[in-house]
Amino acid sequence: MPLTPALQSGDLAHDEPQPYLWTMNVGPQHPATHTTLRLVLKLDGERVVDAMPDIGYLHSGFEKIGEHLDYNQYVTVTDRMNYVSPAANNVAWHHAVERLMGIEVPPRCQYIRMIIAELARIGDHLTCNAAVGLDTGAFTFFMYAFNPRELTLDILEAMCGARFTNSYTRVGGLARDISPEAIRLIREFVAAMPKKLEDAEALLNRNRIFQDRTKGIGVLTKEEAINRCVTGPVGRASGVSRDLRRDEPYLAYSDLDFKVCCATAGDCFARYLVRMAEIRESLKIIEQAVENLPPGPVNVGDDARAILPDKGKVYSTIEGLISHFEMVMTNRGFDVPMEESYAAVEAPNGELGFYLVGDGTNTAYRARCRPPSFINFALFPHLIRGHMLSDVVAVLGSLNIIAAELDR
Amino acid sequence: MAINESIIELPDNVRITVLDKLVSWCRSYSLWPMPFATACCGIELMATGASRTDISRFGAEVFRFSPRQCDLMIVAGRVVMKMMPVLQRIWQQMYEPKWCISMGACASTGGVFDTYSVVQGIDRFIPVDVYVPGCPPRPEQLIQSIIDLQTKIRAEDTMFGREFDAPTRQQAKRALQR
Amino acid sequence: MTEQQTIDALNAAYSDLALSEFRGQTRVVVALESIHDVLKTLKEQLGFDLLIDITCVDYLRYRGAKDRFGMVYLLANAETNERITVRTFVNDPEPTVPSMVDLWAGANWLEREVWDMFGIRFSGHPDLRRVLLPDGFESHPLRKDYPLQGRGERHNLPVIRRAEG
Repeated sequence: MPLTPALQSGDLAHDEPQPYLWTMNVGPQHPATHTTLRLVLKLDGERVVDAMPDIGYLHSGFEKIGEHLDYNQYVTVTDRMNYVSPAANNVAWHHAVERLMGIEVPPRCQYIRMIIAELARIGDHLTCNAAVGLDTGAFTFFMYAFNPRELTLDILEAMCGARFTNSYTRVGGLARDISPEAIRLIREFVAAMPKKLEDAEALLNRNRIFQDRTKGIGVLTKEEAINRCVTGPVGRASGVSRDLRRDEPYLAYSDLDFKVCCATAGDCFARYLVRMAEIRESLKIIEQAVENLPPGPVNVGDDARAILPDKGKVYSTIEGLISHFEMVMTNRGFDVPMEESYAAVEAPNGELGFYLVGDGTNTAYRARCRPPSFINFALFPHLIRGHMLSDVVAVLGSLNIIAAELDR
Repeated sequence: MAINESIIELPDNVRITVLDKLVSWCRSYSLWPMPFATACCGIELMATGASRTDISRFGAEVFRFSPRQCDLMIVAGRVVMKMMPVLQRIWQQMYEPKWCISMGACASTGGVFDTYSVVQGIDRFIPVDVYVPGCPPRPEQLIQSIIDLQTKIRAEDTMFGREFDAPTRQQAKRALQR
Repeated sequence: MTEQQTIDALNAAYSDLALSEFRGQTRVVVALESIHDVLKTLKEQLGFDLLIDITCVDYLRYRGAKDRFGMVYLLANAETNERITVRTFVNDPEPTVPSMVDLWAGANWLEREVWDMFGIRFSGHPDLRRVLLPDGFESHPLRKDYPLQGRGERHNLPVIRRAEG
């Protein structure tokens, strides 16, 4: 990929010619398993003088699609955003849509959404740390971390029907209720997971090589984190202790007891530890949610005009039939005000929010996704300056950049 | 190919059957994939390589990220117009014989993304051998596609690349003319 | 500061604000000339130090819209977890908005994306070029007059056949 003249300026710090510096291109196809990102590095021998990220190699027009798909159809597209934790994106999207429409989901739905969001968080953190391990050479840790991830995928398959790309939430509720089989799998998972985590952590936590590769590398101070709008585990590892589950509780997080994991070092090792600690907190949340799952309906009632009523009622009561008619006919459907609103959840990567502009129809007028990966990747040049070439993969992995969320 | 040409010059009407079959058999059971993982299918590709569905049972565990060392390119995920020249450059860097698996709906036809930037099927610009449907395909489906590709390789004579001479292979396949 | 104190302080400092509230969110509509000052006040004096997002909405097909583009700035207070949405409107031709890069370094890429998708220039931005689309791309896709399937840019690439390898 030739460097066009436009790429010579900008983030690259030096304008005057310095013949001993050389430019190296990393990506968009490269051995670090972080899909389609490109970095143009200016190197002084092995030391990185500057880095310029070049993104957009997976830009698929998500926000434009949001203007053409229904509020319930778009949830399938949100799955493909942060694709290592698709359930969290579904919860985020419908949280934003329900905020716009002013719908409050029943308690059972809130607890089940919390369970899948936390399962997605566990999957995401395991994948991120596995990728950090793989990139720094710890292939066994990658295998050890992907094994419990397969258990979470089994649970999601039992609940939603698909391992991945779940599309589980709907406006006003869920696609289907949770089954006893899924609850049994969740209980087994919660019981088996601590031992698996210990086995995996024993490989890396006190591993001299891993610590040398990640301690003191890519340090982000608290002031810089706030200046660069960082949230999520990357921010919490630098001391910005902002967690939307505690600070602006949504769903039923205010009923549950969990801790927010923070660190102050702000380096790659701190981010790794914060993510492993968050997996443990998520396990606690899932355990409490499963044991205290409230009974009741999982979708809102018919008067909210958000979700299709139960088929038995459609065929046997006049109100059910009318509600079904009102939802399905093209000039009717959701009750969307001509207003704009924003709602965010604590996704595994940070604050994932959707800014929605409603125009009275079933499709959003504007569906903007606030992507944590995009903002985290802008940090990269600041973090890598002065480090060695081999630290590039460690820092890149610790930021958990998901290319689809980065580019949308 | 230069070494072969200097040692043996086979006329067009001569076929080496058993040696060809042996070579095809070897090639099919030691495919070295080049994982061109762009999006969600890339995660299922990683899961196929992980321990539950183990791709190394089929001889294909050697995921070399250098195109010069691979013979199978698995395009997993949507390819956008900015990425397509990169894909083509990597395909051109791979040595013959090489095959391509288009994994997932987005690589095969553009998938859910009929938008201004997603290429509606990589077979418009790259020759593809096996298509795997799914969004994302289960690891078992990808394994089935590798088995199908292995069957295809064993059915052809790969020693002198004759399979590429057939006129039907010269045309680019298109899913839809749009 | 509580929300009411924030609103009062803003109202005292600036006279031409349109405040509204929807689903618990405070929104302020500001004139284009004072957007930088309002955000500076919010950041430095009223404690809204976290910039959550910068985005834009194209009101071309919106019922009852008077201006074409609406810039949206979402801010939050890291200590008290208050949020505020600041909006301003800008029009064709040559829509230009002052850049917020001097207040928050994270605004750099967010503004580049708005330029890429909508074509709104940011005066004072150090490096305004496309971030998501290829450099040679000519349109601004998230505008309402650009079709979803594009204008043929996505298939404008060379074809490699089997024989060319």
